[in-house]
Amino acid sequence: MNQLWMALLTIALGIAGAVVYFWGANAILDRIFPSRAPDMQTASRNIRRAALVRPWLFLAPALFALCLYLVYPVIASTWLAFHDRSGDRFVGLDNFRWLLGDAGFRESMFNNFLWLLVVPAASTFLGLLAAALTDRIAWGNLAKSLIFMPMAISFVGAAVIWKFVYDYRAAGSDQIGILNAIVVAFGGEPQAWIAIPFWNNFLLMAILVWIQTGFAMVILSAALRGIPEETIEAAVLDGASGVQIFFRIMVPQIWGTIAVVWTTITITVLKVFDIVLAMTNGQWNSNVLANLMFDWMFRGGGDFGRGATIALVIMVLVVPIMIWNIRNARREMEGK
Amino acid sequence: MMIAGAKSPLGWAVHLSVLAFVLLWTLPTAGLLVSSLRDKDQIAVSGWWTALSSSSQNLLFRAPAGDGERLEDGRYVLDGNVLEQGGGTISAFGFSSREPAAFAAGEVAELPGDVRLSVASDGSFTLSGPESFAGGRGQRIFYTAETPPRFTTENYWNVLTAAGLGRSFLNSMTVAVPSTVIPILIAAFAAYALAWMPFPGRSLIVAAVVGLLVVPLQMSLIPLLTIYNSVGQALGFDPKSYIGIWLAHTGFGLPLAIYLLRNYMAGLPREIMESARVDGATDFQIFTRIILPLSFPALASFAIFQFLWTWNDLLVALVFLGPQDDKLVLTGRLVNLLGSRGGDWEILAASAFVSIAVPLAVFFLLQRFLVRGLLAGSVKGG
Repeated sequence: MNQLWMALLTIALGIAGAVVYFWGANAILDRIFPSRAPDMQTASRNIRRAALVRPWLFLAPALFALCLYLVYPVIASTWLAFHDRSGDRFVGLDNFRWLLGDAGFRESMFNNFLWLLVVPAASTFLGLLAAALTDRIAWGNLAKSLIFMPMAISFVGAAVIWKFVYDYRAAGSDQIGILNAIVVAFGGEPQAWIAIPFWNNFLLMAILVWIQTGFAMVILSAALRGIPEETIEAAVLDGASGVQIFFRIMVPQIWGTIAVVWTTITITVLKVFDIVLAMTNGQWNSNVLANLMFDWMFRGGGDFGRGATIALVIMVLVVPIMIWNIRNARREMEGK
Repeated sequence: MMIAGAKSPLGWAVHLSVLAFVLLWTLPTAGLLVSSLRDKDQIAVSGWWTALSSSSQNLLFRAPAGDGERLEDGRYVLDGNVLEQGGGTISAFGFSSREPAAFAAGEVAELPGDVRLSVASDGSFTLSGPESFAGGRGQRIFYTAETPPRFTTENYWNVLTAAGLGRSFLNSMTVAVPSTVIPILIAAFAAYALAWMPFPGRSLIVAAVVGLLVVPLQMSLIPLLTIYNSVGQALGFDPKSYIGIWLAHTGFGLPLAIYLLRNYMAGLPREIMESARVDGATDFQIFTRIILPLSFPALASFAIFQFLWTWNDLLVALVFLGPQDDKLVLTGRLVNLLGSRGGDWEILAASAFVSIAVPLAVFFLLQRFLVRGLLAGSVKGG
């Protein structure tokens, strides 16, 4: 209860602090550069000067937080990657050399590439399929809502849900995991699914695909609806079939959106950590970079050099998407 | 719509595929939900899809060796009930492990040595023989019990009190609510400056925000942990505090907040602001009286995102709040339970549902805003 009051108090203090800061800073600015000066010239000069300062007053808290929590850490992590476990001694490329020789890293890298190949492709494809199908039926919105629902579930919650699906009981006893129950019903042998190296990766990926498909569906569905009717009508008049219209007329018009969905899911995949931690904690050859990084960050009191090096690898993989995003955003701003 | 002519066969195919989609996407969750409401003995022996039919279990009962036997017409008779604990009905019984269900309930089985055994469907048995049962090891009785489906909310009470879920629920709330409110305040002002106040370097800052959108959290963890530890040491308080995690979530959520809000505010009609300015309103007044109320949909979208993200987060909580029992958030608690109570599905299922209940409620109530936010955040220029 105490804790609850503290949280409420902090919210109140935070809001009050923000109001005091923004309102107070603004008032002080108006005091220094009063817009109601006796002569026109001073007044307009004051307004101009205040207009130069005011944006920075509005931006200051955000810029400070962005710098402290994102910009500085990127620089510091890069610096740490060239230092030893406590960050005191410069070790050059030692961490990278260790990385290349480390079996755990190679395994994680390999798995991460599998994830990158499968999850964005599968989620985008299934999302597109779901969007195209649900747009055609009366109960489409209900279906959409249900397919979208896993978006709200945490990765850990999803891991519990799917661990139950993959649950394994020895052959002969009743299976309580639905996957094994189906396998047994068709006369197969029950398997301890998540302990099968290599293939278990795909079972973990299924969880993320299950979560991300709804996201892809919602966005692609909006894009499909934005396609001009005339292009489709023209195709119908030319005698194109439904499938032809979909793949030749509609999909090419939403390539831009598909790319955005694909890259957004790619970023999520690179950071995936909770699912692997909760399902296998990297056992049975299922480790990924983010989990490996977490491991090194705390293992034996923490090896910050190696942890930062792995984080840097993830960062480098993200950079192309980052540049692409920035270029798109700039083009869009200039267009306005 | 356009393929209305091909309605009958293709129409059915569409309905069926959507149905398959929906089933695949809801069944895993439904399975866990059903399980969380089942009796814990039943979860362990039968699949959740059989929850509505009665489950049958093959069990063994060992009759007492002579205790309570009585002499009746020259025969020693022993009665009792095999269903000592738990209810149910007996459908079959037997006396050897080779044929555990050789006899239907109510029949009389002839055992070697002129011993007779019968088990009624309510579980009461009668064992009789020419010699006293004392001294033996006690007759084994195999039986098949049919237990009717049993649903209970007991699992939820258990996890909320004994497994520490109640405490974690409060912790999650404490983390998520301020972590949602603080960034909105900061981002709204910044977004207004970036959308409507011309100043040198503006487009550079917007580009930087877009870039920061995708910076992986992993890059921030170690340097921030170091800062937190040294600040905590210098000021003499625990570096793993709620204030620390609120600020961390604020920092990580800001790029999306600024980006979403700026896009939305930039789309507001210029005339509103210009006419207000002509009337003598300052930027501050324009922002608080006009822009903020108009931006409500975008603020709501971001608030939902941020709430879901902070509630569902595991990584930031583990790093900045730590794994101690009294500070575990729901996701952290679930991971712990997966490790320590991996096979106890009644605990896991109920705990998982406690943790996803709040986001699911938010999702279904506020889906409209969530979808709008997703579209604004992802379909750039689309």
